Formats: sequence, structure tokens, C-alpha cells
Amino acid sequence: MIKTEELYLNVGPQHPSTHGVLRVIVKLDGERIVEAKPDIGYLHRNFEKICESRTYTQVIPFTDRLDYPSSMVNNLAYSMTVEKLAGITVPKRAEYIRVIVAELNRIASHLLSFGASGMDAGAFTIFLYCFREREFIVDLFEMLCGARLTYNYLRFGGVSQDLPEGFIEKTKEFCNYFKPKIDEYEDFLLNNYIYSQRAKNVGILKKENALSYGASGPVLRACGVKYDLRKDEPYSVYNEFDFDIPVGKNGDCWDRAKVRLEEMRQSVRIIEQALETIPDGEYLNSQVPRLLKPPVGDVYHHIESPRGELGFYIVSDGSSRPYRIKARSPAFSNLSIIPLISPGLLIADLIIIIGSLDPCFGEIDR
Amino acid sequence: MGEERIVEIKTEELLKIAEEFKNKGYTYFSFMTAVDEKEKFSLCYRLSSLENKNSITIKVKIPRDNPVIDSLTSLWAGANWQEREVYDLFGIIFEGHPDLRRILLPEYWEGHPLRKDYQDERITKRPDFY
Repeated sequence: MIKTEELYLNVGPQHPSTHGVLRVIVKLDGERIVEAKPDIGYLHRNFEKICESRTYTQVIPFTDRLDYPSSMVNNLAYSMTVEKLAGITVPKRAEYIRVIVAELNRIASHLLSFGASGMDAGAFTIFLYCFREREFIVDLFEMLCGARLTYNYLRFGGVSQDLPEGFIEKTKEFCNYFKPKIDEYEDFLLNNYIYSQRAKNVGILKKENALSYGASGPVLRACGVKYDLRKDEPYSVYNEFDFDIPVGKNGDCWDRAKVRLEEMRQSVRIIEQALETIPDGEYLNSQVPRLLKPPVGDVYHHIESPRGELGFYIVSDGSSRPYRIKARSPAFSNLSIIPLISPGLLIADLIIIIGSLDPCFGEIDR
Repeated sequence: MGEERIVEIKTEELLKIAEEFKNKGYTYFSFMTAVDEKEKFSLCYRLSSLENKNSITIKVKIPRDNPVIDSLTSLWAGANWQEREVYDLFGIIFEGHPDLRRILLPEYWEGHPLRKDYQDERITKRPDFY
């Protein structure tokens, strides 16, 4: 009789397939996972403490560094929360610009996640193709605000500058170029036999568990829950556009990738409609004071980021600096389901699961 | 999500009231956090009901010299990491939590940074222009 014993394996924190600095302590029985414990905090900077010593405006660049693949959406969530607290109105044109950049950023973020989830399974081509398309969006953002990753583009009451000349035409060009590419990706990855075998029925998350863990975004929608803040609690001008909320059936890794792919299609639809109907006018509310002192009180506002429900809870004591800022991070809640869904699977499946949850460590560790 | 409701309750009622809300359909645990209000800590829990499309915020105050409160991990699994984070950064003890360890900071860290009286000589003093 051969004596066997369980083995502890450290995955990460410096491992390319953990999408950042995630460390998972895995207890293995042969190749099967008995227990998986994520260990986070390697990128912790205590964003919430830093903000308490900055003015409201000085916090905007810090929000870029939370969920760095989708900085625009972070800017939007924070700006909207402060606007709600201080009662600042946003001109119509600025709202449209915000929706356009947020949706472009959603596509960029999903391309990164979709490509990387393919690479986790060994499909290298799709990763390069996704990055090729992402480059177009990054170039558009560079044209818009000069930065390629941390944009710092939004301001309270609008955006920092108007759309540059030729931006609308270039974005339309991108949409036309990108639409057929989505079908190509579907064939490349989702209909690929090897990827389907690796991702289908792996890491199944049940609906009631997803709710209890506070999972959101594509992870929640892949379980069949039709919950998207853009529809359920329309903010900005999302109620003026026509789009669908894609949902999955089984809640496995394949469904999560599928939901992200479909969301890219819907984002293109929103961008096209916004580009057609964007009104002229002011891009920034000029009545907003340079040094903002919101009234005493607390406020919570959340929006749909590419990863899920991104919210800010701000407590104001009436001074120029926030008394307390809490960032409700969707990736933090999504990652916490790893101990639930990984036992019983193979160690190789864990890599697919991590990729499908799309963690972003700027946001999880804050 | 329709209207925002805020319920302020006493410390000892938390578990009972939270369970009532859960039975009423508030099955989605959005987040929980704490605010240091000098004499007290104010805790805030946000629950949502995706079917009825409304949310509720439960607020509870606990004394600073005895920061202990019941854990909600038995009702929502998502409370596990959220409570660990609040324990880590505020030093609030959650009774009944299965695994109350630091989550973001390393285990050897001393003190709880988000408390207003937290001292560390490495923190850069910001000029008081504003």
C-alpha cells in the first residue's frame, strides 16, 4: 500500500496566471483541491486613509489607481457620489461624453479579461488579438486626455475637456471595425473545443450563493440573475439608450466569458447610439467651486463597473476634505467565492476560475 | 433601486433585525463598513433585495472602549471578508466570526490605520492650505 499525504501548495503572489498579486494557499490531495485560501493585501496602500488627508478633487487621481483597467468608470463612480452629496448638476453633453468613455473603457476591460482567460487555458492567439483591439481604445483615450491608463478625465460637474476634433469619427470607425471582431472572438475562444472542455461545468456558482457573497457584475449575471445597475437603477443618461442585459445559465467559467463577450456587443450598441445623439453645449458645469465643501452628511452611490457593483460611501463633516471614504469593491466580493467553488476541482481548474472572476488587485487591496 | 431606507438600531438587536430583513427578501449582502466618530464607531450595513429592487442601510453605533458586535457571517457568507476588513482597519471585534484575522495588512501589523487617532511617523503631513 502506498502511503499518500496532503500537500500544501503556494500559488502566487508572483505568478503570471494570478492576474496580479494574488496568493492562494491550496491544500492538495494528489491533483485535487481540498481547500483553497486566498491571501490578499500585497498591493494594499490604504486608499481610504490617504483620501482623508486630501481634498475632494485631489481624490480623483487616486480612484484611477483602484481598478486600473477601467479608470474612467472609477472616476465616474466617485464623481457621481460627490455630485450627489453636494447637489451638483451635470450638463447633458458631459453626461453623454461620460457614457461614451465609460462604455469604451468597459470594452477595453472586458477585452483584457476575455483575452487573459483564454491565455490561462493555453490559447495564446486570442490574447494578442484582444490586445490589438484594446490598443485602438487606448489610443482614443490618449487623444482625449493624453493618458493611456490612468486618465483623471472626469471632474465634478462634467469632464476636464471637450471631445477633441475627429474623436467622434474615430470612435465610429472603431465601432464598425470592432463589431465583426466580436463574432471572430466567439469562434476563436467560446466555440473552441479545447476551451469549452476546460471551462464548461468548472467553478459553478449557484444563484443563492452568489447573492449571499455579494457577487456582482458578469459573475452574478452568469448565474442567471438579471441584475445590472445600468438598467435596474439607471444613472447618468443610460435610460435613453436601448440595450440588453446578457445573462448566463449555469454560472460556470464559460458562462462568465460568454457574458463578457455579449456585454461588449451591448456596449458598442450604446456607444453608437450616444455618438448619434450627442448634444452640443457645455462639457463642464462652470458653477462648481474650485474648493468644494459639501454639506454635512453621508451618501452612497453605486454604478455598474466592468467587474460589478462599484460604489463609494462618503461621509462629509462640512470641511474641504472627506471625513471617510469607503470604496465598495466588486472584485473583492467576487474573489471571496474562491474557497466555496474550488474544492474538488483540479489545480489547473483553479487558474481558469481565477481568470474568470477577473480580479483586479488595485481594487481588491485598495 | 427605488427608495433608500435607513434603519438605526441598538447593538444587541443587530442579529435579530438582520435575520428579519433576510427573511423579507434582502438576500444580497452589498457591503458593510465602519466610521470612526471619535467617541463611537458607527457601523453601516447595506442589504439589497434584487426582486423588489430596493435596498436598506442598517446603522448601529458601538462604544469605542468596547468595540464588540455580533458577526453576520451566519446569515450572509459575504460578511466574512467584509468583517475581516473592518477588524483589520478599525479593530472592531465580531463575535461568532469563524476566522477573524487581518486581511489586507500583514499579521504582524500593530494598530488599526483607519482609526482617527492612529499614529505612524511615516505618514507625511499634508500642508494645511485648504
